[in-house]
Amino acid sequence: MSQATQTEPKEALFSKKNVKLLSDPLNGSNPVTVQVLGICSSLAITVKLEPAIVMGVSVLVVTAFSNLITSMMRNFIPNRIRIIVQLVVVAALVIVVDQILKAYVYDVSKQLSVFVGLIITNCILMGRIEAFALANTPWKSFLDGIGNGAGYAAVLIIVAFFRELLGSGQLYGYQVVPESWYLHNGGWYSNNGMMLLPPMALIVLAVLIWVQRAKFRQLIED
Amino acid sequence: MNVNSNSYTYLFSVVMVVLVAVMLSVAALSLKPAQDANIELEKKQEILKSLGVDVSREEAGEAFDEYIKEQIVLKGGQPVASPEVAAFAISMADAVAKPSDEREVPLFIAERDGQTFYIIPVRGKGLWGPIWGYVSIASDGYTVTGATFGHKGETPGLGAEISTPVFTDQFPGKKLAENGQFQGIAVRKGDASGDHQVDGISGGTITSVGVENMLNDCLKPYIAYLLTRNAAEVPAQPATNDTLISSL
Repeated sequence: MSQATQTEPKEALFSKKNVKLLSDPLNGSNPVTVQVLGICSSLAITVKLEPAIVMGVSVLVVTAFSNLITSMMRNFIPNRIRIIVQLVVVAALVIVVDQILKAYVYDVSKQLSVFVGLIITNCILMGRIEAFALANTPWKSFLDGIGNGAGYAAVLIIVAFFRELLGSGQLYGYQVVPESWYLHNGGWYSNNGMMLLPPMALIVLAVLIWVQRAKFRQLIED
Repeated sequence: MNVNSNSYTYLFSVVMVVLVAVMLSVAALSLKPAQDANIELEKKQEILKSLGVDVSREEAGEAFDEYIKEQIVLKGGQPVASPEVAAFAISMADAVAKPSDEREVPLFIAERDGQTFYIIPVRGKGLWGPIWGYVSIASDGYTVTGATFGHKGETPGLGAEISTPVFTDQFPGKKLAENGQFQGIAVRKGDASGDHQVDGISGGTITSVGVENMLNDCLKPYIAYLLTRNAAEVPAQPATNDTLISSL
């Protein structure tokens, strides 16, 4: 952070440009809905809200710090092995996150199982490091990482909200659809089992993209 | 300094790899006790759950010591006097890989409200990966009083339903022996009846069959032992155990 203020002494920590780095990925350049990166994991762990939130936060932490660390090293990384260096940074961070989850939020780490390890292969990470962190100061890269991680987390949470509500009748593990509505209790309602399967995540995500583009027409490609 | 020269590239990668290796080793070693404690407590929690004792993971350690009175190791239906691995530490994954009569498997003997219960770990194959569980048996040695199941990665809403009460609540009251002989529990499609059948999960047929195979494979050697143990230790229950007596 101090490096950022040294190289650009006149720019405030949260200048307009820097805030834009945080807010843009939430909508206009969202890594999932606009850049269509990281789709794989957003299909896999959005069955319930809790793992989706933990996964979102984990990715946010990893994007933020891998951006920060890579950016701090950017002038020392030999160009020919830069992808390997990026991978090592990301992999090391992911392993640390995985170990911490296993030690302190064991139940959630069981649910996320292999997907934490697969954060390494999440295109958002490599994409942001390669496209942003290698060319920008650490503070800006850190903000960019948080922004993109948050953009990813937001999409995950929205998709998981609908899948858990319609698929299990619950939100964050709490029953929200009254028990008396269910068919087996003499009611008229039944959970949509399809919602629990990955294809419906794709459809929910597509609807989300549709809604977003209908609202922000500048996102529509020709 | 030329950051793109060969020697610098080598130096950079060596330093980076060593640093990262040290950092990860420190993280792994310092977090290992907390992780192992979680795994152990979870196992205790599952064992207690099959006994009908619901505790949080934090309380599982104390409750386990309170309820579980004895842990023994069985091999081929006989207790092992001095087992190499303590009962609690036995890995069921390794055990079930061996033929039934060569396995060293644990038996947990619990006492709750003055009653004795036997808790048996089971492990088998589901559709996508391993499934496991604990079955608790009443003091007669063959009546199921509770069961819990876990799985590595069965399909949510389908095979994964084996770990929900909808499925496990069918087990209490089922019997694992008939006329003094082991008889397993069959997982049926919709027409389960009697003491030896439960309803499977619709859409989770392969997982359901996996549960059936797991129960039959893992429980059989125990039941033989429990029936003889029970006959030897508690002979004074003729009213409820006439099937047993007649077989002797």
